Amino acid sequence: MIPLYLIGGAALFALGLHALVVRRHLVLKVLALNVMGSGVFMVLLALAARGGAEPDAVPHALVLTGIVVAVSATAFALALILRVKAVTGRAYLPERNGDDPA
Amino acid sequence: MFATGLDWAAWAVAVPLVGALLAGLLPRLGPVLGLVFGLLTALAVAGAVMGVWHEGPVRAGLGGWDVPLGIALSLDGLAALMLAMTAVVGLAVSIYALGYLRSSQTRGKFWALWLWLWASMNALFLSGDVFNIYVTLELVGLAAVALTALSGGAAALGAAMRYLLVSLLGSLAYLMGVALLYGGYGVLDLAALGAAMEPDKVSRLAAVLMTVGLLMKTALFPLHVWLPPAHGSAPAPVSAVLSALVVKASFYLILRLWLDVFPVLTVPGFELFMGALGAGALLWGSLLALRAARLKQVVAYSTVAQLGYLFLVFPLMAVTPGAWQAVVFFALAHACAKATVFLAAGSLQKAAGHDRLAQLGAVMRKEPVTVFAFGIAGASLVGLPLTGGFIAKWLLVDVALQGHAWGWASLVLAGGLLAGGYVFRVLGHAFGRGSVNPDHRPVPAVMVWSTLVLALVSVALGFAGAASLELLALHGGRT
Repeated sequence: MIPLYLIGGAALFALGLHALVVRRHLVLKVLALNVMGSGVFMVLLALAARGGAEPDAVPHALVLTGIVVAVSATAFALALILRVKAVTGRAYLPERNGDDPA
Repeated sequence: MFATGLDWAAWAVAVPLVGALLAGLLPRLGPVLGLVFGLLTALAVAGAVMGVWHEGPVRAGLGGWDVPLGIALSLDGLAALMLAMTAVVGLAVSIYALGYLRSSQTRGKFWALWLWLWASMNALFLSGDVFNIYVTLELVGLAAVALTALSGGAAALGAAMRYLLVSLLGSLAYLMGVALLYGGYGVLDLAALGAAMEPDKVSRLAAVLMTVGLLMKTALFPLHVWLPPAHGSAPAPVSAVLSALVVKASFYLILRLWLDVFPVLTVPGFELFMGALGAGALLWGSLLALRAARLKQVVAYSTVAQLGYLFLVFPLMAVTPGAWQAVVFFALAHACAKATVFLAAGSLQKAAGHDRLAQLGAVMRKEPVTVFAFGIAGASLVGLPLTGGFIAKWLLVDVALQGHAWGWASLVLAGGLLAGGYVFRVLGHAFGRGSVNPDHRPVPAVMVWSTLVLALVSVALGFAGAASLELLALHGGRT
């Protein structure tokens, strides 16, 4: 059972990473980061259950803290996206091909 | 009872945090709060440095709660030197910002965010376990992105957005590494992890994830593309802090991990690979700094280049184990010099109303003190004698030659030549002919003199090499 959660967590992480690179709309990119975060949390929870009857409390504490961090970061990212949209009219990253020192 | 170094260190986190809260609640009092709490933070840092100096490295759980559930603080020579670097640059930037930030809207937000960033960086340097490092890393990232977006223009917002995505991705990669390490060893404490580390597959995967995540945040070539627009479009005091301190914070973590936790995991070729990325950064960043058309872009690409030096720590440590101390001193010298250069660039931009290099000559001739400060700090970036940068490069070349690494030694010297190219390219405009710009706006004295004082600090560092190395020798990774 536990390997299933570990593999699921890793799959979510990889899926989120793929979407972060491929999707261009900023809200989708932020959602992709959230999916990646859920993947990490799932790995931590699977590790917490590994010991046997009593689940390990430390990973649970880490996930709770991680969720707080993820919520704050997502709120900030969404606020920033709203500003980008208000100023540039588009919720996308500016076009940029590598280095352009001009 | 006398306060110990660790008590002072805890104050160095708490004081700016309280200042940030107050500045957020009372934005009108921002400048006063920023200055008062900045000075108090610097005092606390001085106490922490003296504590390490006299008592040696210390570590303890906050509030008597020890690991694994408590928050471990750990203070040694390396952490103390990082705290000191942040305090010196932070104070100069705070004073400069009094003159730079005129619009009340930007000013109200700047002080709360800047004190928050300062508190987060201090907490990051003091964290003794890998999960608290994740939390502080995220705090530093969010504060830095918010500061980047402060000016509110389209360029700044776009740069901040890109920076945020890179920063969050880096943190998540790091956090996945933390999860794997906890799964493998059941501890989060840096010292305990270092003692238990075994060269198995899971540990290697964790090390790769954590290192790559931190490399993104440090903007090592070829992961640097987000840095020049972010550092170049932020307000000058923010650019100075980002380039001098924030990228050093994630580099500090890479160094800390590879010194105290991961050394058993190194595989043949790893050091060479990291060194090659550093060399790539040095050459590519310098070339783009030589080509950039705007002053702040020159300085931002110079940061990309100079970050390359930091990663020579890997190949140099392979031949001379004490080489990391030379690299940390280089980081210190670069922080002072780069902050000065960004502050001077900000003053010139304010005076001219733009920072297009080709049209800055007239304004530069009207601002001799600022150009003088730029020149001194530029000399330190190049590594000319009588500056901190000279001692830093001397130490780097010395450790390289001790290990007979002629190639790395000549790379250090070649990087100095390239830096000379882009520094003198900027300064050359000050000595050209041309009419005086009628739009010239005088720079507030507080900006001119805070820049000059920081420039003089980068000269004074030239005489602090021995003391810094002595402090770094008090290393407490393995208690």
